[in-house]
Amino acid sequence: MKKPSRNGLKGGNDMIEKKDLEYVAALAKLKLREEDLEKVREKFSMVLDYVSMLNKLDIEEVEPLINVNGMTNVMREDEVGESMNRETLLANAPEKMYGCIKVSKIIE
Amino acid sequence: MVVASPFQNNTEEVKILDLHNLTLHEIRDMIRSGEVSAKDVLQSVYGRIDAVDDKVDAYIALTRDKAYEAAEAIDKRLAGGEALGDVAGIPMALKDNISTNGIKTTCASKMLENYTPAFDAHVYEKLKEAGAILIGKTNLDEFAMGSSTENSAFKTTKNPWNLDRVSGGSSGGSAAAVAAGEAFFALGSDTGGSIRQPASLCGIVGFKPTYGAVSRYGLVAFGSSFDQIGPFTKDVEDCAIVLNHLYGYDKNDSTSLAVEHGDFKEALNKEIKGMKIGLPKEYFGEGIAPEVKKLVMDGVKVMESLGAHVEETSLPYSEYALPVYYIASSAEASSNLARFDGVRYGYRAKDYEDLNDLYIKSRSEAFGDEVKLRIMLGTYTLSSGYYDAYYNKALKARRLIKQDFEKAFEKYDILISPTSPTTAFKIGERSDDQLAMYMSDICTVPVNIAGIPAISIPCGFSGGLPVGMQIMGKALGEASIIKAAHAFQRNTDFLGKRPTL
Repeated sequence: MKKPSRNGLKGGNDMIEKKDLEYVAALAKLKLREEDLEKVREKFSMVLDYVSMLNKLDIEEVEPLINVNGMTNVMREDEVGESMNRETLLANAPEKMYGCIKVSKIIE
Repeated sequence: MVVASPFQNNTEEVKILDLHNLTLHEIRDMIRSGEVSAKDVLQSVYGRIDAVDDKVDAYIALTRDKAYEAAEAIDKRLAGGEALGDVAGIPMALKDNISTNGIKTTCASKMLENYTPAFDAHVYEKLKEAGAILIGKTNLDEFAMGSSTENSAFKTTKNPWNLDRVSGGSSGGSAAAVAAGEAFFALGSDTGGSIRQPASLCGIVGFKPTYGAVSRYGLVAFGSSFDQIGPFTKDVEDCAIVLNHLYGYDKNDSTSLAVEHGDFKEALNKEIKGMKIGLPKEYFGEGIAPEVKKLVMDGVKVMESLGAHVEETSLPYSEYALPVYYIASSAEASSNLARFDGVRYGYRAKDYEDLNDLYIKSRSEAFGDEVKLRIMLGTYTLSSGYYDAYYNKALKARRLIKQDFEKAFEKYDILISPTSPTTAFKIGERSDDQLAMYMSDICTVPVNIAGIPAISIPCGFSGGLPVGMQIMGKALGEASIIKAAHAFQRNTDFLGKRPTL
């Protein structure tokens, strides 16, 4: 299999725009540090450029493969089972109060 | 290590037996014959860990107290005359992304550094029931993303054959533990080669089951349509034994297959005369180190000498496998890792202004660089405007890659290729070269894309470092793989080699 070619992505128009990278990060509830931005921008652009190799394929008529072993719609009987107890479920919660998980205010 | 019997008269003096180089089945036979107890075996393994793990760094955590309790229980049952199965009393290690009730499961991430699951993974439950004893949780690349364990938030696992080199990844800790005699078998997970590649680099056997054959319940999800749990062992017989305990339908995993798998030990000690072997030419081209290619071809000649028919073949869509993998698995990862939001479990940031800030700070502070990169790549390829060009396109290419394999398996019983294009690289050598790191998986990734099973077995050494041969089978074609691998093992001596530490 061929090794991927690098198009010398240092700077220039081939790299993802800084604002687009920050937008993608925000969508994923991430914020990159200012000092890391350029390095991540380079890495991200390099990987994106590599995977864009798929553009070579003209495969409109092919069905996307979603279930790799062919299974679909796995169902079960609507029977009530055992639930875990509250203490167990809250054991890993960072902050608790009144048997609930505490988070910051969400209603103004 | 002193070789002696464990108890001397009435003193509490304990001599540790030198058992760590033996295989699972050899230890099993010694336990059954009464030559050693489960406790002896455990002491031997912990003795080995104490002696070498500060050099190898395979383990994140050890579970000594629980292990000795379990060993005592096994010894009691044996003393009572009970006939126990193949893994009873055998010390095993689990990759630290496999949930263990009451025992921390960190995924080698700051995000889950203090997370303790309240349930057992299905495979752990099954192995516990069969009497296997958990010795500890092993190191991995954070959230299973990586090929060297250098992405672990805690430490890098060294290769027992050369401590300056990586053990592979992401299941590097499990591979190194078995190779170094720090466990008689271990479990890992394989999403793009994360069992097979470290097995290859560490000179042991690693197996990825058919997708759906082993339950993923309790495996912290990375790429849900690629992930499978599988064993690391010192030889093929041990592999067949462990597989017997992993396979089977689980109602808690809706991608779990309900098929009878039979006894994999029945595929051992078989002749491979007439077996049809295909060599996909795309896996032997540029990018594969010449010494690796030579050793794998030598291995193929061994199969030929045993009567197998070998032929070159082609899997034309192979060159798209890595792009398909990095798009689809990153997309799935971005979705799977959305649950880590600082709310119900895992790391929560100390200072935040509102809920949104809580999410952003917790995730940004606790995820490592590679994890963030893949989440962003996945988010990008799933986002509006890019979904069709990247994600949907990748799924279409996935179907073509799978079809390549289906066509090949109409003609051949198994396909053979190198597992890894090179032997173990130096620690730090690839950590700044993103694409070079990704290329470690070039031969393994297509197998996960197609959902088929594959093994990596040792086929020689180059510069003192192990080389692995990959044998691929059709979906649920495990028996052919084990048959061929075991025939190879019986006619070579690579599986008996052990590193000196």
